[in-house]
Amino acid sequence: MGRVFNLIFTVDFISSVIRVTTPILFATLAVLLSERAGVVNISVEGAMLISALMGVVGSAYSGSPWIGLLVAVLSGIIYSWILAFFHLRLGTDIILTGIALNLLASGLTVFVLFLLTGDKGVSTGLPSKVLPNLKIPILKDIPILGGILSNQNVLTYIALVSIFVINIFLDRTRLGVYIRAAGEAPNAVETAGKSVNRIRRTALILGGIFAGCGGAFMSMAYLSMFTKDMVAGRGFIALAAETMGKGNPLLSSISALLFGFADALSNNLQLFRIPSEITRIIPYLLTVVALATYSGRMQDKDRIPM
Amino acid sequence: MPDLIQMKEISKVYGNGIYANRHVNFSVREGEIHALVGENGAGKSTLMKVLYGLEEMDAGEILINDRPVVFHSPQDAMSLGIGMVHQHFMLVGSLTVMENVVFGYESVKGIFIDRKTARQKVLELSELFNFKIDPDMITADLAVGLKQKVEILKALYRGAKVLILDEPTAVLTPQETGELFNQLKVLKEQGYTVIFISHKLREVKEISDRISVMRRGEMIATVNTEDVSQQEISSMMVGSSSSGIIEKDKFPVLENRLAVSNLVWTDANKKKLVDDISLTVGAGEIVGIAGVEGNGQDELIEIITGILKPDSGEVQLFEKPTTGKSIRDLRDMGMSYIPSDRMTLGIAKDMSIEDNLISIMLNNKSIYNFNLLDRKKIRKMAKNLISDYSIRATSEKTEVGMLSGGNIQRVVVAREFSSGAKIIIAEQPTRGIDIGAAEFIHRKLIQLRNDGCAILLVSADLEELKRLSDRIIVLYNGQITANIEDVLNVSEIELGNYMLGVKKQSDAEIGRAYNAKTK
Amino acid sequence: MRKLSKVWWFNIATTALAITISLLIAFMIIFMVSDQPLDAVNSLLFGPLSSLRNFGTVIETMITISFTGMAVCVMFQGGQFNLGAEGAFFIGAITASAITTKLSLHPGMLMFVAIVGGGLAGMLLCYIPAILRAKFNADEMVSSLMLNYVALYLGLYLLNTFLRDPNFGMLASYKIPPDAKLTQFIPKTRIHTGVFIVAILIFLIYIFIYRTRTGYSIRVLGNNPNFAHYSGIKVGSAIVISQVVGGAIAGIGGSVELLGMYERFQWTSLPGYGWDGVIIAILARNKPQYVPIAALFLSYLRIGSSIMARLTDVPYELIIVIQSIMIVLITASALLGRLRHKMVVKEAIAHGQSI
Repeated sequence: MGRVFNLIFTVDFISSVIRVTTPILFATLAVLLSERAGVVNISVEGAMLISALMGVVGSAYSGSPWIGLLVAVLSGIIYSWILAFFHLRLGTDIILTGIALNLLASGLTVFVLFLLTGDKGVSTGLPSKVLPNLKIPILKDIPILGGILSNQNVLTYIALVSIFVINIFLDRTRLGVYIRAAGEAPNAVETAGKSVNRIRRTALILGGIFAGCGGAFMSMAYLSMFTKDMVAGRGFIALAAETMGKGNPLLSSISALLFGFADALSNNLQLFRIPSEITRIIPYLLTVVALATYSGRMQDKDRIPM
Repeated sequence: MPDLIQMKEISKVYGNGIYANRHVNFSVREGEIHALVGENGAGKSTLMKVLYGLEEMDAGEILINDRPVVFHSPQDAMSLGIGMVHQHFMLVGSLTVMENVVFGYESVKGIFIDRKTARQKVLELSELFNFKIDPDMITADLAVGLKQKVEILKALYRGAKVLILDEPTAVLTPQETGELFNQLKVLKEQGYTVIFISHKLREVKEISDRISVMRRGEMIATVNTEDVSQQEISSMMVGSSSSGIIEKDKFPVLENRLAVSNLVWTDANKKKLVDDISLTVGAGEIVGIAGVEGNGQDELIEIITGILKPDSGEVQLFEKPTTGKSIRDLRDMGMSYIPSDRMTLGIAKDMSIEDNLISIMLNNKSIYNFNLLDRKKIRKMAKNLISDYSIRATSEKTEVGMLSGGNIQRVVVAREFSSGAKIIIAEQPTRGIDIGAAEFIHRKLIQLRNDGCAILLVSADLEELKRLSDRIIVLYNGQITANIEDVLNVSEIELGNYMLGVKKQSDAEIGRAYNAKTK
Repeated sequence: MRKLSKVWWFNIATTALAITISLLIAFMIIFMVSDQPLDAVNSLLFGPLSSLRNFGTVIETMITISFTGMAVCVMFQGGQFNLGAEGAFFIGAITASAITTKLSLHPGMLMFVAIVGGGLAGMLLCYIPAILRAKFNADEMVSSLMLNYVALYLGLYLLNTFLRDPNFGMLASYKIPPDAKLTQFIPKTRIHTGVFIVAILIFLIYIFIYRTRTGYSIRVLGNNPNFAHYSGIKVGSAIVISQVVGGAIAGIGGSVELLGMYERFQWTSLPGYGWDGVIIAILARNKPQYVPIAALFLSYLRIGSSIMARLTDVPYELIIVIQSIMIVLITASALLGRLRHKMVVKEAIAHGQSI
């Protein structure tokens, strides 16, 4: 046990927590934006997967990781727009559409990968680029904190800053207030002559940007290639993180960090000859436990559920 | 005075094939207060939603200042100075008063909402129309009367010159109503036009210049208020003169079927919504509950029907406490419940009428054959109920959601009354349904009472309460303020005083709500 | 014969339209990416009929996905968005492989125990989201998604640690005793007696949903949970039973699949049949009686696609893309919703109905 504790309280470990949290954090922010607008977005999972592939493709063909990132973000936006179109315009069930789009992403990525490389599993045939890590000048010299926070990937910094940006955005800007109103009292929005659907679409598309970043992080920072179904449920975990954070950007991000912690722990516990299958269960199991604990508490006082 | 707004030959059909408006003609003059009256479901709200751009009409034409206009959204209507205050407020609870007032029309400073200007404007407006309201309050925390003021401010802020008010007094106390009317008069003096939807004739007589009457989706007449009496308007609304008091047998109440003692329930914000309520309902007795919406009636009913658990106190059916009992148990003890929100609680709208009729009789062996649902028996039973309760439907397989409001309520009532009920909780049993169905339900309730059923009736319609109840209990702020035994001779003004908490009976009189054993 | 309702016809029309549009999209993609588009289209559409063997494969797949389709139908009927059929199928199969390779029972008995055991395992997995929903109001969709991964890694752990045959080249369980396997009874195909299990289950589930008290409760729950609660229906138990029954069917499906089609258990990732179940439930509009038709259709497309991938340069995943488009289109109620409103309005005007 002592060895485990020694492991946890190292700069490297905490730094790795932040690294593995990054994609979950992006996914959580994406889920949060649409959820606050009143849309359950189960297909952040698929958006990230498509973006992960497109990032690799974009960077391989342009030779620039930045163009790759741009392509990834654009893919996230287009994918979310499609979801918005079907759900908001054609009135499809959001969850079923989300499931369909997730399946689409999982098939389409393999389809495209095969057309481009002849391989159905990994993108090693594509000379893709990675996004750089940043050394933040003053921060890197602070002991411990510097070790943890400096030399992270550029997208990690973007994710961390985004938490606060979204917080202010929802609280103070016109669009932010509209998004909250669309989730809380759509009738009020509609009678104010604003289109709830348009607001929700905007929220979904903003979410798509974050999903795109999350996908790009997966294939251009976390790993340096695309692999089949590499998002592995992070979009789903984000749903749990958002629920546990009650839709508040700060609380939801803290929940995301918890999952990142479990994820990093399971990566490291493998060093202690605990079977890898068992350690990989931890984050998923933790999500279930947390969901049950949290939801139990959030129940309306004395009101029998349904 | 010229007509400001003319609506010509308006027809609107809803998805379930029901005409809400049929060839309706309606016009409003500038600067008048125009009352639009009619029974619930007469099509008033629909007509106004069409005028406000919330519903698109299927046929007809709207002229403003003699120029034809087409509204696709409320924004179109607003741009021509038409504003609407809905019966159910359209406010975002988590926003402040000023954020709600300027909602949709905010000025911005850089990328942020300009709160300073917003506050300034809201204060100016409140000053101008003499509304006393704090712009920084969180809207969800406001009392109903204040929320309504926020709604009116919102419409004015958006530049409304014509204000449509959809049953504005339904949720208000008489005092708040008085205040609202004063404000409407101020608005009128300043040149505003008001369209006032109501079915309360006294109010209409008091405030309006002209009255338009609707019935069953059609416009019956438009008259000058001073030219007609309440009785005349009433007969235009109902088509024939109203039926008045129903004769009831009088007999002593023998046993308490339902007893509620010292009930307390506090909500998540520590507000006591049910505050030490004790009352009884005996066999063969209808006890009416009066009160302005939101004074604890909903919670009281939810506790009695087993949906909520009380913090303290107890409910007894047949002198047995219901603590720890499930809704199933309560129903098995003979309790029936007609919920006010029939679309949410009372039916499964995508299921057939017969499936909706059996939901509470799953313990009844007669619908099974070898433990499997016996479709033949169920169909026969459904057919009988459909004819007994005059449910207008093509067959017992019809999805309930396809029926009209009145017929849906007949399905609910047929199910609840036919189950051998001994205690009936009837919550707003005739709200929003046609007169025929309402009359039918009233007679059924009286008949069940005469057969010895204990009935607790909650209604916002004082006339209904007076017509049916043997006793009326008034709730205010979660407490009983009156237990009225002489129902026939109590005035609505007096009831209003109790409903507002202006007056309260003595503890002894209130104590008689429990174990009254009337008559 | 009961007169079919307008709603029924609208559903049929929506479905047909969606299928047509998505197939057209498929052809378009094929013509864009392939050097031999006509061959590809031909094998996609007619490949499954080209030989008894190929058509046999269609039926084999249909058996498999009928199970998960039915499982999802039952859960969706109750309005429960439990997506754990995927994990339940997997865990059912691994349980069956453990039982058949580790227990020594009478062979016929072994098969029976393995199928029941698979069902129980699937049941248990879906019980967790169900009870968390019923007791804590935790979203069953999220928790079931998480549990799919738990099932996967738990299964792999069991496989690696207890069931692995060290003398076999790849990661796989010991060989399933031939006596415990379901009989493949049509020569030149691998169609197995699981087809009868499916048929019986569909009948039982139909009766369960439409004729039993619990099935009725589940339908009311799915239609309007508030109404169910108000009516005194035990909402909690309906929540649990719908998901547990669904899990059991998926678990049985996993064991039948293993015993009907495989020598050894050797999946190292989730096979995706749970998601197929969702597609089938959508095609069948949650009605168990339509599951075989939907499963046949989907399976036909799948086999067509895999024949196409074998014979031409178009990858199999095309069909995954197409079927997702298909379900999105089918759920697009608004496609015909407007038309429906117009018809209703016309009818009302014709009959001069009023409130």
